[in-house]
Amino acid sequence: MEAYLPYIWAVLIATAVALYVILDGFDLGLGILFPFARRQEHRNAMINSIAPFWDGNETWLVLGGGGLWVAFPDAYAAIMPAMYLPVIVMLLALIFRGVSFEFREVARAGQRRWDYTFAGGSMVAAFAQGVILGGLLQGVTLVDGRFAGGAFDWLSPFSLMCGLGLVGGYALLGATWLIFRTEGSLQEYSRRQARILLVLVLAFIGVVSLWTPLAIDGIAARWFSTPNIYFLWPVPFLTALLALMVWRGLAQKREVRPFAGSVAIFLLCYLGLGISVFPYIVPPSMTVVDAAAVPASQMFSLIGVVFMLPVILGYTGFVYWTFLRGKVVVGESYHAH
Amino acid sequence: MEFDAVFLSRLQFAFTIAFHIIFPSFTIGLSAWIATLLVLWRRTGEIRYRELARFWTRIFAVSFAMGVVSGIVLSYQFGTNWSEFSRVVGNVVGPLIGYEVLTAFFLEATFLGILLFGWNRVPPALHVTAAILVAVGTLFSAFWILSANSWMQYPAGHLVENGIAVPDDWLAVIFNPTFPLRFAHMVTAAYLTTAFVVIATGARHLLAGIRPDHAMTMLRMGLGMAVVLTPLQLVFGDESGRDVLRYQPAKLAAIEGKWEAGTDGPVPLVLFAIPDDAGERNLAEIAVPYLGSLIVTRSLDGGFAGLKAFPAADRPPAVLPFFGFRIMVGLWGVMVVVAFAGAYLWWRGRLATARTYLRGASWSWPVGFLAILSGWVVAEVGRQPWVATGILRTSDAASPIGAGQVGATLVLFVIVYAIVFSAGIVYINRLINKGPTPERASPAGVPHRPITAATSTEPPGPTGAAELG
Repeated sequence: MEAYLPYIWAVLIATAVALYVILDGFDLGLGILFPFARRQEHRNAMINSIAPFWDGNETWLVLGGGGLWVAFPDAYAAIMPAMYLPVIVMLLALIFRGVSFEFREVARAGQRRWDYTFAGGSMVAAFAQGVILGGLLQGVTLVDGRFAGGAFDWLSPFSLMCGLGLVGGYALLGATWLIFRTEGSLQEYSRRQARILLVLVLAFIGVVSLWTPLAIDGIAARWFSTPNIYFLWPVPFLTALLALMVWRGLAQKREVRPFAGSVAIFLLCYLGLGISVFPYIVPPSMTVVDAAAVPASQMFSLIGVVFMLPVILGYTGFVYWTFLRGKVVVGESYHAH
Repeated sequence: MEFDAVFLSRLQFAFTIAFHIIFPSFTIGLSAWIATLLVLWRRTGEIRYRELARFWTRIFAVSFAMGVVSGIVLSYQFGTNWSEFSRVVGNVVGPLIGYEVLTAFFLEATFLGILLFGWNRVPPALHVTAAILVAVGTLFSAFWILSANSWMQYPAGHLVENGIAVPDDWLAVIFNPTFPLRFAHMVTAAYLTTAFVVIATGARHLLAGIRPDHAMTMLRMGLGMAVVLTPLQLVFGDESGRDVLRYQPAKLAAIEGKWEAGTDGPVPLVLFAIPDDAGERNLAEIAVPYLGSLIVTRSLDGGFAGLKAFPAADRPPAVLPFFGFRIMVGLWGVMVVVAFAGAYLWWRGRLATARTYLRGASWSWPVGFLAILSGWVVAEVGRQPWVATGILRTSDAASPIGAGQVGATLVLFVIVYAIVFSAGIVYINRLINKGPTPERASPAGVPHRPITAATSTEPPGPTGAAELG
């Protein structure tokens, strides 16, 4: 059992981060689309569509970060200083984004100000998350298992491109979420946005997929060597298939399919990244086994996860079920709290 | 004092946690207060309780949002600024924080959605349950964070292997010696903080003539809470102090302003002084003989070690714990006066008309916050020079990063927090001044209504319309 613990935890944290990326992804995506909304009523409807959920969604980020510390303290202690500036910038952006939900309701006359911080915070947070991902993929300088690099090691054309890619990806999730949750003019407008964003996101996926194996040693070998390539070719193939499904879903004015397809595309890309880096948790040298907490700690926390995660998923599902009935209507007043 | 990465990281952490602690210490009590109001509404059917619950829920929403966003910062700062801390004690402290996320954060954040947006969308019983679960979640959160912090004060249940703390006995880790009383002390402080915000709001509304019946309910309930909790807090605080004597004698010496190494009594109580770390003495000391012995050891001639009994490198700086403690106790005195004067007026039936008292009480809202902040200064500065006592010194706990980036982000934090939190306080103040919004007499809370129905139960009065923006 002890030998499996680091792998179990790797899967758990990967799951928490995946849930974060999907759930907060459409929240942040709405923020990214905010400046392009045509009317204030549209913005209000956009906010209404995520207001009951955003707080719970963001908690997965705490579980991702906290879980990393719990299960892989050495990885947490290496990644966070290495990504110091983008992490802090992301946190500050999330502060602006988070308080804007409440402030824009109370502020009334000053509402526009908090619309800007909502949009700006969402964009910067998404961009910073992409930069962190890119920075991590290109590797962290370690000496004796501790960070030993410079303040701007994460900064490269590749990481900046990952940042832009994630902004586009979240925007696609946000647009397809709005197709799912709204109707009328806002839905129609989101559908047009989603088409453009889908093309953009596919372009980014293509560039990143080619750039990663070229720029980073080991990733090319992982994907293109035999026998791996026989197992791995369905990943890009499925991505293309899903993209087609989303495109046709948009054309046929389907409401759920574009969102579901976009989520699936995200998950496949995420799986692709996992394939590229596993078993390294801090590329290029620290594996999940190197970074693991002592078995007593991993085991103790795992017991908590085994009992609590089903409960958490249960009541999260319940809250979604409660608030997902019926569409969010444009022009309707804000939630009555 | 050098402006190196360690010092700047300490400054940054002190700044971000001081801002953060304000909100959870308010929302722990506030969520319990809202749950109580909703339970009272369900049991008595009095619409006043529901209106009050709704009024406070708006304030809760703004406070909670600020607590959440400033809390996420902390969960990442352990790594960004204190990576050696994360590495050395992560095996023990990490899982405690992990349990906080699993048992508390999701519970609070998810049921908050129902509490805020479920007023007319879910059955009332479910809505009340959600309010209770949010309150329980905040308590779970306090439980784990106090457990982790108390472990850092006086670690237990662990072994040190290759310089890394590893767990040996999880029950001993969680229920470490100073945890039970510190938890009781903190939760009581949080409830008191909220009680005084409620008292101050009730007093302000009475003076301004905003819905006087509701204001009296707030005042009475707040005073009832404060009258019970202020004496109780004396017991918890005093017993906590005895834990400090037992487990952190250097911290106690700093709090008491005692320098002499010897443990001979009797020890006077230093009311005021300016502790001088370099000269190892107090300046301008005013002291009462025997009282120090009496309070600390419960006997007239008992003694305890002074700061000189500890090597200079193992002593906390004396000034902040010394003054922090006196400010905290002084604020407690203010709370006692407000609580018992109010209770007396209530008993004499003069509470509603005692304008001088009400004016004073309306200014009492910050006492709890200030007492908590000064108490935390005592606890955290008094723990120095250790971040985890006996295991890791603060000076060895920081990340291997340059002072430049820490300084830059410190400036960013100050700017962002100044904007966000001053706006938050302005908005909370605005919500408080608006007062509870009237509702129709029988909000039976029919489930499965579309969200538009939530608004149709509101009368079209100016406040109702404004609220819905």
